[in-house]
Amino acid sequence: MTPPMVQCRSLRKSFGRLEVLRGIDLTIERGRVVCVVGPSGSGKSTLLRCLNHLEEPQAGRVYVDGELIGYSERGGRLRPLPDARLRRQRESIGMVFQRFHLFPHRTALENVMEGLIAVKGVPTGDARQRAADLLDRVGLADRAHHYPAQLSGGQQQRVAIARSLAMSPKLMLFDEPTSALDPELVGEVLDVMKDLAASGMTMIVVTHEMGFAREVGDHLVFMDEGVIVEQGPPREILAAPQHDRTRAFLSKVL
Amino acid sequence: MEETVAGPGEAGPAGPETPEANRISHPLRPGRWLAAGATALILAWLAWTIAINPNLHWDIVVKYQLDRVILDGLWVTIQLTVASMAIGVTLGVIVALMQVSDSRILRAGAMAYVWFFRGTPLLVQLIFWFNIALIFPEVGLGVPFGGPKLVTWETNTLVTGFVAALLGLSINEGAYMSEIVRAGLRAVDPGQQEAAAALGMSRMKIMKRVVLPQAMRIIVPPTGNQFISMLKTTSLVSVIAGADLLTVAQRLYLTNFEVIALLIVASIWYLVLTTVASIGQYFLERRFSRGFGATTPGTLRGRIARNLRLTGSAR
Repeated sequence: MTPPMVQCRSLRKSFGRLEVLRGIDLTIERGRVVCVVGPSGSGKSTLLRCLNHLEEPQAGRVYVDGELIGYSERGGRLRPLPDARLRRQRESIGMVFQRFHLFPHRTALENVMEGLIAVKGVPTGDARQRAADLLDRVGLADRAHHYPAQLSGGQQQRVAIARSLAMSPKLMLFDEPTSALDPELVGEVLDVMKDLAASGMTMIVVTHEMGFAREVGDHLVFMDEGVIVEQGPPREILAAPQHDRTRAFLSKVL
Repeated sequence: MEETVAGPGEAGPAGPETPEANRISHPLRPGRWLAAGATALILAWLAWTIAINPNLHWDIVVKYQLDRVILDGLWVTIQLTVASMAIGVTLGVIVALMQVSDSRILRAGAMAYVWFFRGTPLLVQLIFWFNIALIFPEVGLGVPFGGPKLVTWETNTLVTGFVAALLGLSINEGAYMSEIVRAGLRAVDPGQQEAAAALGMSRMKIMKRVVLPQAMRIIVPPTGNQFISMLKTTSLVSVIAGADLLTVAQRLYLTNFEVIALLIVASIWYLVLTTVASIGQYFLERRFSRGFGATTPGTLRGRIARNLRLTGSAR
């Protein structure tokens, strides 16, 4: 039996005294699109960042594709993985950030090539070809030689998605991918994400776009104060939330 | 620009719509013209007094400008500057990386280095290095803490005037450069490192391919200044017989007493060197501001033209 794509077990994370994640248990099957919603400060982004070990949790475990992330287990004890092994794990988990974080000194094409060259060691010519294909896929073939500063927010975010896809990830994490965009640019990014979902990619999307969650999401997770309050099919939760806190939140954003 | 732009709907309640009435007239600026005239006059007068002054011995200046001995000194100055800057920048990068490291011991070591070499005068450091044999008469390779030595050298044969100058200048420069590099590293958005880490890049590659190239944009302009400053700072090594441009000029005027003429010869060479360095700095800045369109420093020609134009009407 193949393992689920993501499994979190009693994940805890605190910054100093502030407990941001207070025991998260979550299982995500392959090919699912999971939307994580909740008020700001509820721990959504931290949860996402724990999945590729950009944040080191204080306790609990994360498995991606059956593999324990960030640690090796020996005799019931967890030890941090050597850097090289952690990098291999990150390679297969794509991440898209709220503020894009494209490399400003490289063109769109070079941004997409960067991981192929610097991490996978692909020869420049092949990397260029693959990057051009990916830019075409996100509809930016004609912007290949623009620098990030010369692109709109929506275009930058599409380049960032192409940059992640270049690593051929098995899982994609989106951390509020449309929150920094002007309203009229949100659609083009969501369209790219819809295509990606249709291609069978497993996606975890922290978002405030309830429309996207309803249309594209297979599963909705509502978080508040570091715990998962409620989860289930998006249409059911959005139409009939079971929990008071979910109801209170949805009444504000819908 | 001084023009104020008024939209078509904001012509004012009684504004007539004839093109003549909507023309914008620039006021005359008599003060600016007066100041420009005065400046030109003063510059001309200065040039004239310098040109006709018999005490300046221009014939001697011309005679020595391309003198073999002067050119040798010039070559030493160039070598000292390039070598000290190269070593200084390397030291600066290493020490800056130590300063941003997670290890407390590395950070403390870097702090002590900067504290000491920035806190004592360069002149003192130069004399110190020149007299290092008084503290360590021999240097050798072997087991530290008083263990057996494999090879030893006499310090005095090893540390010549040139080597002492190089040690003093580059180690001092490293302390200043580390602060410049550190400021550059700090200016790079931490999100850049996260994005690179999420791709699976190693710390070394993140530093080399993502952080340093972006930090260079911040680092290059002050480094250019440091280089230009170093061209002139090398003249300090004249106190330890460094054989640089100023030292050879001094040697010459001690024999022929043409003090002013030889100082002018040296100054002209320093001006030539710093001018060439400024042009180089411009091209470096342009190279490292790729992707940051707005901050590209214009064309070289435009920049020179801007500085040379005596009066610009409306810019």
